[in-house]
Amino acid sequence: MLQDILVTGLVNGGVYALLAIGFSLIFGVARIVNIAHTAFYMLAAYCFYTLLTKTGLGFLLSGLISVGAVTLFSVICYRLVIEPVREHEAAVLIATIALALVFQELMLYAFGGHFLGIPSTLEGSVRFLGVSIPYQRLLILVVAGASLALVWFVLYRTRLGLAIRATANDLEVANLMGMNVHRVAMATVAISVALAAVAGVVVAPVFVVDPFMWLAPLVTMLAIVVLGGLGSMKGSLIGALIIGYVEAITVFAVPAGAYLKGAVALLIMVIVLLARPEGLFGVAFEEER
Amino acid sequence: MYWFRRGWAELRNEIFVLPSRTLVLIWVVALLALPFVYGDPYVMRILTMTCIFAVFAASWDLLAGYTGQVNFGHALFFGAGAYTSALLSLKLGLSPWLTVFAGAAVALLFGFLVGYLCLRLRGSYLSLATLAFPLIALGLLFAFPDFSGGELGVSGLRRLVLTPTANYYIAAISMLFIVFGLWLLADSKFGIVLHAIRDDEVAARASGINTPRYKMTVFAIAGAAAGFAGALFAHYLRVAGPSALEVALSFQVVIWGIFGGVATIYGPVAAVFILYPLTEWLGSIPGVGELRLLIFAVIVLLVLLFMPRGLTPWVRDKIETQCPRCKQRNGVWRKVCRLCGAALQAQVAGTQRLVGHQ
Repeated sequence: MLQDILVTGLVNGGVYALLAIGFSLIFGVARIVNIAHTAFYMLAAYCFYTLLTKTGLGFLLSGLISVGAVTLFSVICYRLVIEPVREHEAAVLIATIALALVFQELMLYAFGGHFLGIPSTLEGSVRFLGVSIPYQRLLILVVAGASLALVWFVLYRTRLGLAIRATANDLEVANLMGMNVHRVAMATVAISVALAAVAGVVVAPVFVVDPFMWLAPLVTMLAIVVLGGLGSMKGSLIGALIIGYVEAITVFAVPAGAYLKGAVALLIMVIVLLARPEGLFGVAFEEER
Repeated sequence: MYWFRRGWAELRNEIFVLPSRTLVLIWVVALLALPFVYGDPYVMRILTMTCIFAVFAASWDLLAGYTGQVNFGHALFFGAGAYTSALLSLKLGLSPWLTVFAGAAVALLFGFLVGYLCLRLRGSYLSLATLAFPLIALGLLFAFPDFSGGELGVSGLRRLVLTPTANYYIAAISMLFIVFGLWLLADSKFGIVLHAIRDDEVAARASGINTPRYKMTVFAIAGAAAGFAGALFAHYLRVAGPSALEVALSFQVVIWGIFGGVATIYGPVAAVFILYPLTEWLGSIPGVGELRLLIFAVIVLLVLLFMPRGLTPWVRDKIETQCPRCKQRNGVWRKVCRLCGAALQAQVAGTQRLVGHQ
């Protein structure tokens, strides 16, 4: 059981980290609480499903096309829906909620409400420490690790990353230093949604695909982001691992744990917030005192 | 005869001078008179639900709009009211008239609790943390299905009264009382303190305002109003189910509140009265029914693109102008202010309203 907990926690933590870091990034740079973030994750899963079952493209090709298409689509949505109301925080908030509802209903209309299963991308499993890990879950872990490394590289080793971090630190000063903050925000949207889309593609064969699959990870992701500190990458990563393990422990060790896993994860978040209102690695934003 | 003339003068001088007040009067009269004119049970049913949700949305606005505590878990109070009144009336056999108030009281306690836990949080942290509370409650309900009925909820409740019209009047009249009560509260000195807390909490505290006490009081009041709505809802539908605690309901109230215009109280109420019957009507059309949530979301998006501050502030700016000198509102047709006589037209273009009321 211990090995089960270790492996499940790590895999779930990896998926959550992909989602939470993207959300945290877009919040840090553009102050957008993007409720539609996990809706893009759902869109990517559906896109992957369609490409795989209808067109007969390979796994790798359909995965890459799905991520690219959803990222492009998110930038279009950002330009059409979010950008015109950027000054009004409340309007941005419900614009993202409405966007998520639109995606949910479109998928419901196009594919119906039933669960869609995707055949496993990789068969077989490897034994490690006495517990058998399917290759599919190993793949999730590898892809999550690689994407996070890539994001780290972009953020800390490129000029675009420097601009993103500067904008997150102080938007007005970044603007005065000649950075095009609108374009930086758009690039951030693209990076953050690409991470969500990668998560959607890799989990689609493990979980089922349905129009409501964005709600549960949304809540967990928000809990992780708040737990780790809004806008902090390191916090999101550590928060994702904490929540991933807490959920795994609850499911395996507590009776009726499957019902309680969400509640326990959220309870951990509330406790952390009571002790440290800015989260574990919270950064102080310029408008807060 | 004197009282009649006095009343008419009051009506003409205080209400008919402003189009927005006239609209409110027409709305109240229409609500109360509707069953006499058109008492179709289906319409009564939709309007009863609308009234219940209007209370819910107005209570969210007091918390989120006025005090700036943007609550993403307002369904907690609604669900607490619904489940408390349902369990009390079913397990203890109490009269629904009592349990509705018991539900509101328990929701008030929940409001205190959430308010206490959230005292140190602000901004987005508060929003996202409050999202957790109804889900924790939902997890607990699912973990003890013997007590709470699990997925099916607590069903088999008695209604407050039997006929659709009587149910409608109960919902409508309590809605009018609560909404006007919240409006009075928000326009009083208490409401001004709430504005101050939202705009700058540190400055409010420096001015000698006990902000924690105010925030907890507001959480409790909003919780009680939402819990009352929840209890009415449970007794009207005769079931208290998990849907009363879901994320969807919490998001729904955020949409209503922001769509109508925050920090107005009447804005969210207007939004509910427009959006809820609209979605029900769309749902009843064959072929369009399954698309109703899609149409709803698209309408919300389109309206927001043109009126980012919400519906009612936009409408109000079209039909009224603010006097540049005494800051009173005037009908848009007036050349001079009705109270101080200052010229209205010249400076209107640049006038920006800072707060949503007055």
